[in-house]
Amino acid sequence: MDILIKNGRVIDPESGMDALMDVRVSGDRIAEISTGIGAASGYEIVDAEGCLVVPGLIDMHVHFREPGSEDKETIIGGSIVAAKSGFTSVCTMPNTTPVIDNQALVRFIKLEAEKGPINVFPIANITKGAKGEEITEMGELVKGGAVGFSDDGKPVMSSILMRRALEYARMFDVPIISHAEDILLTDEGIMNEGANSTLLGLKGIPRESEEVMIARDLLIARLTKGRLHIAHVSSAGSIELIKWAKGEGIRVTCETAPHYFSLTDDAVVEHLAMAKMNPPLRTERDRKAIIEGMKSGVIDVIATDHAPHLMNEKMQEMEYAPFGIIGLETAVPLVIHVLVRENNFSFIEAFKLLTINPARILKLDRGELKEGKTADITILNPARQVRVDETFIISRCKNTPFIGKDFYGSVEFTICGGKLVYKKA
Amino acid sequence: MEGLKRKDLLDIQSLTTEEITLIFQSARYFKDLFTRSVKTVPVLRGKTVCTLFYEPSTRTRISFELAAKRLSADLINVAVATSSVVKGESLIDTVHTLEAMNADYIVMRHAASLAPHFLSKNIRASVINAGDGFHAHPTQALLDAYSVLEKRGSLEGLTIGIVGDIKHSRVARSDMELFKRLGARVILCGPPTLVPDEFKIYDVDISYNLDDIIPELDAVNMLRIQLERQKGSHFPSFREYHRQYALTADRLERCKSDVIVMHPGPINRGIEIDHQVADSPNSIINGQVTNGVAVRMSIFYLLAGGTPLEEMEKS
Repeated sequence: MDILIKNGRVIDPESGMDALMDVRVSGDRIAEISTGIGAASGYEIVDAEGCLVVPGLIDMHVHFREPGSEDKETIIGGSIVAAKSGFTSVCTMPNTTPVIDNQALVRFIKLEAEKGPINVFPIANITKGAKGEEITEMGELVKGGAVGFSDDGKPVMSSILMRRALEYARMFDVPIISHAEDILLTDEGIMNEGANSTLLGLKGIPRESEEVMIARDLLIARLTKGRLHIAHVSSAGSIELIKWAKGEGIRVTCETAPHYFSLTDDAVVEHLAMAKMNPPLRTERDRKAIIEGMKSGVIDVIATDHAPHLMNEKMQEMEYAPFGIIGLETAVPLVIHVLVRENNFSFIEAFKLLTINPARILKLDRGELKEGKTADITILNPARQVRVDETFIISRCKNTPFIGKDFYGSVEFTICGGKLVYKKA
Repeated sequence: MEGLKRKDLLDIQSLTTEEITLIFQSARYFKDLFTRSVKTVPVLRGKTVCTLFYEPSTRTRISFELAAKRLSADLINVAVATSSVVKGESLIDTVHTLEAMNADYIVMRHAASLAPHFLSKNIRASVINAGDGFHAHPTQALLDAYSVLEKRGSLEGLTIGIVGDIKHSRVARSDMELFKRLGARVILCGPPTLVPDEFKIYDVDISYNLDDIIPELDAVNMLRIQLERQKGSHFPSFREYHRQYALTADRLERCKSDVIVMHPGPINRGIEIDHQVADSPNSIINGQVTNGVAVRMSIFYLLAGGTPLEEMEKS
């Protein structure tokens, strides 16, 4: 059935539109955006009074754990969580079991995703078996549907291999996504190195572990003219480096995650393993720099790094617990609460990081609200509070330090490809 | 004030200065018991103490066990190497099993920092931290401070050196926290690889040169240096470490004549401390062990809700 979205505040970061408008969806397309569209019969009316109508959100960094760890999450299950969280497109990271290093596996993900409510665009591995030794058959992988390459979860430690990947991928014009970490400098660290790690006696991960690798990758990108995207930027120094590189004309983009602009390593004291992720939560100075970096445009994208882990894995000694927290369901609440309400981001400034910017990096014809475009639309109420509790979280893994917290920003409806795929009860 | 109004003893930071004073007072009382022919008291009769050591330990485990026995507790020593832990049982499941058998106190040593903190949030029994990773070893710090107090009456104004692998030492962290709290000046000494600048948040001084600081010290705690630190290139060889940071007989001569020499044990004779120094009249290494039992009895007693013993004597 066609859909008519009435009385919403339509935000299109690409064009800068921010106005009270109605949006008419016909088939899988946006048919009309204007004021006072009459309610013809046969339309499902969505009342968006008091709500924002934004392009369907894009999360270019999730872990759906399938194949291999279906007890944590599946492609279909993760897609349902994403739809509920306002996302209409996600990119799945390839550190599954097996890793996504051949075309058949990319096709498997695409086939599974067809049964789910939203679009899934797989990221495939840079190296075969994620071993960091030989590059994958990138041509075959792109043909199968891969939109980028990453060995996320671990870095490509070999500089020459990173050079080859950035060079070779140029012919497909897809990004090489760097998990920037010098694992030798990380030296089995489990939280940010600083005052808190010293007080808690936990092994520290210095910012330099991230920054050294970003510096290397930026210089290799300069050498190769390849397209580099830096995943999960967490430190102030990283932003300085990327800012410099952009000034030099190096082809680089980057993302951060909501937890890096919402929390600092003080959270480890309270939440232990629930606040353990890689890169780790840093300090207030870094958090402020990340917020500033998003505002100034050095940071292009907010991606959640949604990383489900079972409770029994997190409910153990912090040192032994795996890195990562879930992020999809808290993304919109944190964007509204922390960026818009606490840091005066306009809706356009906030949502371009979740729509048109990732769409451009991934070359997706999405992330815009315009007549004729695919009808991927998210409707959210920025004034409505949500409590992040066991009932709010529908993800099968509930590993998040935000449990029990209240935030502004509630996703009300998600429309993907013209279909209403989520409606808040 | 009555006892310690807390379920767990996890670190020095969470103890109030009043509670620390209370622990020392009762420790004095229990130490007096050691000179009697009957050294047991029925304070913990009917209570069960479990020692759960995930890392090897001789003195700390025996000290806790002796303390529990002298207080008439039922004692279970869980030998981790022969328990279900080797079959892959998680920490939380292991301890829930002990709780199901009505364990009242879990005394735990663990290689992972904050393991006792994690545990304390998820079980009913009292958790006593017998050392967690690099983080804390509160009973060791309490016995160290108690041992200095015994000699000097107060830590106020004393200069205490902690020498060696500060970065990886739970003893150093708990010691500096407690010594500072009791009014001492603390100097950390070791190579920069083992004494990071971050430790300045404890409001301590840092020196890389032991010879510079030894004339100032009223007490010095010589930490054990471990083989794996050399493997990790924190220092190039034991020979060079000994030259720079060992408390040798020669260096002892340049200390104040009444300097107190401590070591948390076990000692690497000839590496961080020379045997003449370990056995010198300045050394209180064996006295620390005796005091450890008294301090741990005091902690059990006060966690069980015991009233201050000095007041008990008056009444």
